[in-house]
Amino acid sequence: MHKSSRKIVAEVQVHSGLKYPHRLSLYDQPPTEDITIEEFETCAIDRLRVLSEIESCYARNRPFDELKEITHSQSEKHIPLDHNSATTKDRDGQRRKDNTGHFVLRLAFCRSEDLRRRFVKAETTLFRVRYMNTTISERREFHKSGDFDWTLVEVEERKKYASELKLVPDASPEDQYLKVRWTRVPDLVEKRRVLLKDGWAYVPSRELSSIVFQEFQTRLERALAMTAKALPWMDEDTRLEPILANLSQGFIAGVGSEWGANESTGEEIRAEMVDELAHKHFPMCMRNLQENLKRNHKLKHFGRLQYGLFLKALGLSIDEAMVFWRKSFTGYNDDEFNKKYKYNIRHLYGLEGRRANYPAKSCQQILMNDQPGAEDSHGCPYRHFSADNLQTALLSMYSPQGLTEADLPEIMGTVKAEAFHVACTRVFEITHTTQNVAKGDGIGSGETVTHPNQYAAASRALERASGDGDTVMR
Amino acid sequence: MPSAETEPPTPELMLVFYRRLYPFKSIFKWLNHEHTPGRLFTHREIAFTLQNDVYLRYNSFTTADEFKKQTCTLNPTRFEIGPVYTARPRDRKTIRPGAFTPAQRELVFDVDMTDYDSIRTCCSGADICKRCWGFIGAAVRVLDTAVRQQFGYRHLLWVYSGRRGIHLWVSDREAMGLTDDQRRALVDFLTVVQGGKDMNKKVNVRPVVKGQGRAGDLPPSIQQAVDQLADPFGDLILQEQDCFRGEAGWKELLQLIPDSKIVERLEQKWTRSEDRSSYDKWTDLKEEIKALYKTSQARQPMKQAMQDIILQFTYPRLDAEVSKHRNHLLKAPFCVHPKTGRICVPIDPEKIDEFDPDLVPTVGQLLRELDAVASEPSGEEHSDWEKTSLKPYVDMLEKYALGLMSEVRKDRLANDMTW
Repeated sequence: MHKSSRKIVAEVQVHSGLKYPHRLSLYDQPPTEDITIEEFETCAIDRLRVLSEIESCYARNRPFDELKEITHSQSEKHIPLDHNSATTKDRDGQRRKDNTGHFVLRLAFCRSEDLRRRFVKAETTLFRVRYMNTTISERREFHKSGDFDWTLVEVEERKKYASELKLVPDASPEDQYLKVRWTRVPDLVEKRRVLLKDGWAYVPSRELSSIVFQEFQTRLERALAMTAKALPWMDEDTRLEPILANLSQGFIAGVGSEWGANESTGEEIRAEMVDELAHKHFPMCMRNLQENLKRNHKLKHFGRLQYGLFLKALGLSIDEAMVFWRKSFTGYNDDEFNKKYKYNIRHLYGLEGRRANYPAKSCQQILMNDQPGAEDSHGCPYRHFSADNLQTALLSMYSPQGLTEADLPEIMGTVKAEAFHVACTRVFEITHTTQNVAKGDGIGSGETVTHPNQYAAASRALERASGDGDTVMR
Repeated sequence: MPSAETEPPTPELMLVFYRRLYPFKSIFKWLNHEHTPGRLFTHREIAFTLQNDVYLRYNSFTTADEFKKQTCTLNPTRFEIGPVYTARPRDRKTIRPGAFTPAQRELVFDVDMTDYDSIRTCCSGADICKRCWGFIGAAVRVLDTAVRQQFGYRHLLWVYSGRRGIHLWVSDREAMGLTDDQRRALVDFLTVVQGGKDMNKKVNVRPVVKGQGRAGDLPPSIQQAVDQLADPFGDLILQEQDCFRGEAGWKELLQLIPDSKIVERLEQKWTRSEDRSSYDKWTDLKEEIKALYKTSQARQPMKQAMQDIILQFTYPRLDAEVSKHRNHLLKAPFCVHPKTGRICVPIDPEKIDEFDPDLVPTVGQLLRELDAVASEPSGEEHSDWEKTSLKPYVDMLEKYALGLMSEVRKDRLANDMTW
């Protein structure tokens, strides 16, 4: 008895005899068997739980290690997939559920551009985490099955480009290389982690996962676009329609970390108050923009965008905003101003163009998107200033509020460790010591700054609480 | 008959220009890649800026003639070219919003002198002279090589922007089809000078060596650029612009030097002898490095700093937003710059250093040339440009478009199975 079962295991490992031979899947085979309505829904909901969790990790800006941990435990809980050797488990059943759930959600999330984008992001992350948790031999099998269309670079070719290949970051002479069109590994190209020749990317084999992830994403994007086209044909099925509509709702309601205008204090801010508020309550990025604006009487496009949306969320109405910007741009006559900037400002308030209610930019967006060019003054000073300029700026901006030279080493230390929001939070604490904020309190119950408006709101709340806003100014 | 003076064109001049000189046929061939109008032309957005600064988006045309007719009717100050959409832009209101998206678009780049204002010493703002053109020349050389050799594209059209910059249009099939993500990756790959006004060291592209925490060698693509830029740096920064002669200039230079002892020594030396040229100062720096022991820990960072300085002063400063999105509009070649009156002519990248923005024909000049030959009976109106100094430039675009068209023909033959 004992002996025979061992024999079966050995057989399974050679050719598993499973309908789904791999744990990982590129989801190229839709389920074709009969599925009950109930199963249709439960498979999807279990998967959706995991995907929502992934989305909220992104929204909270968790580091990748944490995200990986959370994703792994969530997927173990709701949609587990066991290794081929786990013969006591219903591996085919698990994989069938995984596959079905994925395809149902495709139907639910192909409806709009936005849903598609979010679904692709979450699914790709899930795939990535699962891929990282597989064994090397599993990956090898999976690579063979996937038709990834890459070529191994021959020795002669490697010799020909040896001098350049050795300059690729972290290169070692023993590296094997795969050759693919550069368009298939944009993330590696962006980070300059491959050698580019004539449109071909020479990818070190240790970066191979990048090709796999990209391929997963590209195929899913393409498949979703196809599904979207076929969808109207399916809308007639009255049993599925409500389920699918429900599912996509669940995804949308799951997250929300935008700092909209409605979250401001309700109290109206007038144009002439901005400068004073800036001195008392603005985080450094906005102080810097205000000071640049005062000094140069203009701001470049992304500066206006960052600052304008911040002011909007702070409670500056469109009329007051118009007054504020008009007064600040002194070098222009009314005609020029109206022509060049009026539209722009109205656009921020959703009165032109797409008429979207743009939220103010979060720290993450300010740090990661729209990197300032050589002449720009937007961005995050903690990240985008050089060390000595940052120190000078800190002292000149915040010494009236109690920041001293002795505080600088600590702040600069966090900046050096690239914990920019921590540095910003520390400055908040230092400049609010008179209001009994101690180190570690953050902007309230230990929270760190993740949004400039949150910084300003916390600072203004403290002032109101201590009830001596006026005396502090004098 | 070159003219150095600039003249903002009047609406009357513009209308004659569109009627008689603007090469609509060639532009059509360049956009369409073949003789019979295809989606590349019919689904293409054209945006007009009218004389009163009204901006008309989402125009599209079925033929080159229709394009010309509408342009003459509207008589815009300029027009821009957008992406090829999934449907005709002029019909966009009749289709489902989700079904109208950008599908294809030339890969475009924009390099503008304003991004160099902090380092050029000769002019500032809207002004440009032959001397600042050196920055553009260096940028063109680096970009042209990178796009051809690293990305493997063949169909590159460089176009003068009419005042102080240059545009690049890449029309290879793969380039036309790039997604926004891919465009962003490509631009980030090519972006080296970064960080705002308040960041002294704007070049931070060295990978950290694993386990050692120090900066490593430049990635291969950028190493190649440094090799290309060493000469222009000498000519442009040290000689022509003489960037480090003034106090502000050399102080900025010293901020980029990692070795505080060297900085201190040079600061003393340069404060004493006020009028040392940039070339002399650069030599001083080199001497300091030579004086360091070959095995010294300080030597490598100094050598790296020198390379980084060359990059910071001469590497192309791209306007990245233009390249990242398929739906970004860019002024069409052969438009007239509304302030200078100069034509946005194509430029041969091989001869970029000979190019002088002051010698580019203006619309006024071209019409005067036309008047001079007007007495002769002319055949068809649309070839009037042949009688003016616009001819070499139109010929350049024609030749370029022919290259594109023959490629499309070859592809078609290869795919044609009906023999």
